[in-house]
Amino acid sequence: MFLQQFANALALGSVYALFAIGFTLIFGVLEIVTLAHGAVFMIGAFAGLMVVTKFNANPITAILVGMMASGVLGCLIDLVAVRPLRKRKFHHLAPMIATIGCATIIISISQGIFGAEVYRFPFDFMPATSFNFWAIQLTLLQIIIVGVALSLMMIIIFLLKRTKWGKAVRSVAESPRTAALLGIPVERVFLLTAFAASALGGAAGVLTGINFNAIHAFMGGPIMHRGIAVIILGGMGDIRGAVLGGLILGFAEIMSVAYLSSDFRDAISFGLLFVILLVRPAGIFGSHIERKG
Amino acid sequence: MLLELKDVYVNYDHIQALQGISLDVKEGEIVALIGANGAGKSTALNAISGLLKMTSGNINYEKRPITGHSPQAIVRGGIIQVPEGRAILTTLKVRENLEMGAFARKSNRLKEDMNAIFARFPVLQAKAELPAGNLSGGEQQMLALGRALMAKPKLLLMDEPSMGLSPILVREIFHIITEINKQGTSILLVEQNAQMALDISQRGYVLETGRIVLEDTSANLLHNEKVIHAYLGGC
Repeated sequence: MFLQQFANALALGSVYALFAIGFTLIFGVLEIVTLAHGAVFMIGAFAGLMVVTKFNANPITAILVGMMASGVLGCLIDLVAVRPLRKRKFHHLAPMIATIGCATIIISISQGIFGAEVYRFPFDFMPATSFNFWAIQLTLLQIIIVGVALSLMMIIIFLLKRTKWGKAVRSVAESPRTAALLGIPVERVFLLTAFAASALGGAAGVLTGINFNAIHAFMGGPIMHRGIAVIILGGMGDIRGAVLGGLILGFAEIMSVAYLSSDFRDAISFGLLFVILLVRPAGIFGSHIERKG
Repeated sequence: MLLELKDVYVNYDHIQALQGISLDVKEGEIVALIGANGAGKSTALNAISGLLKMTSGNINYEKRPITGHSPQAIVRGGIIQVPEGRAILTTLKVRENLEMGAFARKSNRLKEDMNAIFARFPVLQAKAELPAGNLSGGEQQMLALGRALMAKPKLLLMDEPSMGLSPILVREIFHIITEINKQGTSILLVEQNAQMALDISQRGYVLETGRIVLEDTSANLLHNEKVIHAYLGGC
């Protein structure tokens, strides 16, 4: 029983982690909390659903299309809503509020197109196959979710650690001014970051859509709150923190439903986050210092 | 003429930081720009690097105007600034800092260039895989210099390289600067340590509250009464 819940928690937690990585990446590099990340996540889910219902695509294609759609949307948000404010050096709350506006517009448009109803993937989209490992029964769905989420996390970490542009992203995260003095095109790095982070949000959207088999215009709301909680818990701007925070939240939710009461799920899991923050106010890996210039 | 500033004005935060300065750097020269804190020395460098918008005036580089160019375009042209406080990327490894120095250059000789830097600064090789934040002040200044050299600069803008370093390290850094110059890189050196700066430079400018009040050969400036009185600690 416990091991089974363990598997469920891993699947839920890794999706949270994926969502939170995008969140924390944008915070770390652009220094804004993008409150449009939930809407970007929702668009990814719808894009994935579209290619499945219209073109009978397989889950991997659906995820890739969801990532592309969300990535492009993320760039659009940066270009239209965030960059103009950055150029004029507004207070950092201004771009955050602009992203709330973006979220509202995106959600309204989706609602206009898709209505308020809940969409589902076709019945035979995901075979109900399951595999037994010792005492745990893993569904194909869980394996795909965990596999995709872990692969994407490893890919993004590899890109950041090993590639020239990944290192440029980390340089800008530390100091846009120094990066500019080294000849790094800072605006392009911002855009690249917005794309990658939003694409991860889109992947999380498709995986969530498949996991709960429910896609609707407002699905980004709850995960936004969780995403914010997760990156604060993990330490703002820290990718390891987002992964660990996502997993902790996933486990807290699944275990409180399994062993306590589903009515108190959010109260218990957010209560746990609260307790962790009391012990480590800057988050688990928190060392975020105000960056210079 | 490698670099030429003509009547450059910069305002920021309602302060006239530069009030019409003109200066030039010829190929192969070390030119010192000295002055007190807040005289506008760093502002001048940042205007050249494209970090600050000028209110008016012109900057020419290799006889072409670079006024209004982006910092990347200016770096690609070969003007590299080593900013005040070194601006080391502390969360990146020493090796990664050097790699980022070559970011704007289409380089297929990255390894050879880095080995050349390691040969000049052996301490950087020993600590190549450590986060650059672990380096001491002197090592950070060497990393900042090494990183700038990775870009193959034609003109190096150095902002207070002596800041926060012990006299022995200052002498070492200034020795390295003259060596870099001998290998063909022109240098515009901003310093509060006027003695050191005038010792290694051919010409110098004295900046006071946004205006150039004196310009001469460094040898003459070293014997100029006003300079001795105001900047060399003489009475």
